[in-house]
Amino acid sequence: MLNYLIRRIVGIVPVILVIALLVFLFVHMLPGDPARLVAGPEATLQDIENVRRSLGLDRPIHEQFVLFLWHAVQGDFGNSLKTRIPVVEEIGLRLTPTIWLTVCAMAWATVFGLLIGVASAVKRGRWPDYVGMFIAVSGISFPAFWLGLLLIDLFSVRLGWLPTGGFESAKSLIMPSFTLGLGVAAVMARFTRSAFIEISREDYIRTAHAKGVYARAVIWKHTLRNALIPVITMVGLQFGFLLGGSIVVETVFSWPGLGRLLVDSVAYRDYPVIQAEILLFSLEFILINLTVDVLYAVANPEIRFK
Amino acid sequence: MSDAAVIASPGVRSPLREFWNRLRRRKVALVSAALLLLLVLSAVFAPWVAPYDPTAADYANILAPPSAAHWAGTDAFGRDILSRIIWGGRISLAVGFLSVSIGGIVGIGLGLISGFYGRWLDSLIMRSSDVLLAFPGILLAIGVIAILGPGIDNVIYAVAVFSVPVFARLVRGSTLALKSAPYVDAARAIGVKSRWLMLRHILPGALPSVIVYFSMRVGTSILTAAALSFIGLGAQPPSPEWGAMLADGRSFIGVASHVTFYPGMAIFVTVLAFNLLGDGLRDALDPKLKNV
Repeated sequence: MLNYLIRRIVGIVPVILVIALLVFLFVHMLPGDPARLVAGPEATLQDIENVRRSLGLDRPIHEQFVLFLWHAVQGDFGNSLKTRIPVVEEIGLRLTPTIWLTVCAMAWATVFGLLIGVASAVKRGRWPDYVGMFIAVSGISFPAFWLGLLLIDLFSVRLGWLPTGGFESAKSLIMPSFTLGLGVAAVMARFTRSAFIEISREDYIRTAHAKGVYARAVIWKHTLRNALIPVITMVGLQFGFLLGGSIVVETVFSWPGLGRLLVDSVAYRDYPVIQAEILLFSLEFILINLTVDVLYAVANPEIRFK
Repeated sequence: MSDAAVIASPGVRSPLREFWNRLRRRKVALVSAALLLLLVLSAVFAPWVAPYDPTAADYANILAPPSAAHWAGTDAFGRDILSRIIWGGRISLAVGFLSVSIGGIVGIGLGLISGFYGRWLDSLIMRSSDVLLAFPGILLAIGVIAILGPGIDNVIYAVAVFSVPVFARLVRGSTLALKSAPYVDAARAIGVKSRWLMLRHILPGALPSVIVYFSMRVGTSILTAAALSFIGLGAQPPSPEWGAMLADGRSFIGVASHVTFYPGMAIFVTVLAFNLLGDGLRDALDPKLKNV
């Protein structure tokens, strides 16, 4: 197991380096002078020269990359062009709301996704299956931003029960996390259903039925438990995608999180923030994928020795 | 397919007919296909179908609710929402088809090369695909837009990027399975060139699954493109793009909800139809996949 873990961690180092290189080259790929871009639109020639020197843009490009890595490891991405405060602080402020949002969305989506998936699998080919799978395919097709607007229309404007946006209280979490979780719940439902159907064809399930175990016990204890292994993998992968989905949902609900920061920084061309955010998001996805793989290896010894 | 029809004796049905027979039984997929055809036609013939000019302002009729004159009401400039949705269909469908075609062609090429030549080329292409696949599409798209700048043209490339690994992986799988098939070996034995082997003998075998994914990816791409426009990185406001229309109408929620309701419905129905059609095609092409 330790061997496998070490192999995987060593394996992600080149991936991280490639992503860091892309993020580093990003400012160089843009048309125009990177120093001028980083210095911002109102910079004087002297400012631009200062930026050029402080970023080391006057040095050869491979030295620049090493310098970029060195700064990145220390968490130094420079200052935001828009607010002038250090990028790390800016991101630190936005981290907690996004974590709250994604964790809440994940929690409800997993519970409902599992329930719908199991119900559909057990009543396969009958109306609960059709209803469940209709919800699932709609959930995948539903534009999250439209759902958000519909919810605001009903619960904030018409009924006045929930705030339209921002993050002030637990109430603020309800609509955004529901909106964000819908797509995931849909994927979970479809995935649980197929995993469940697959397991329910196994011999040991037939044996359980044959020896007279209650149907309910077979469903929850024998089938679901085994079906959960691939489902857990799916939860991990979906976590990464929730972070992506949060970009849109945070815009709808004016959520003070990382997703909206990214959108704002792209619109404002706030390059230091974009660089730091893309690197951060990438690291998150890589770590999530790694965690998923490791969990999977824990559950399934075959993978470890491949 | 004419070859198949010639070979088909009364007892043996051609794969195409077999496929059609299975698809015909999937009413949901057929309804979706019909709906999409209607959408494509209305987008193509938008100048004749749309009742009004999509950009013509009518300040006497601002935020008018749906009526006989304006079936979906008017927006904050008095523009007819139905006409804008019909014209917007052009944008959404074009973005969907173009981006998936670009991503599909690149991905199919990479997949064929990866599966056919194997070794380091395969590792390189597949590792890169894995990295791309690990990211949610919208984040990749935003990364591309951060470089190219906002705008609907750039959205096409941005959205195309995340179709590439999907097709690459799919086609690689089929290529691996087919490259040692007896008929491919036979073709190789009579001296058919590698490029021709890939395109003429292996690619057709991979096409069924490519078609299924194409349908589903178009839906996803339309959704992503609309989301990008909604957050202000895609089509810009005067354009009748569906996502941009939603962004435009946000301020009138509660006052004139129809401004956002109909464009949202248009996105939902279109994406749903592509996904349902994809499901139906998959089931009809390969009954074994039904529960997967």
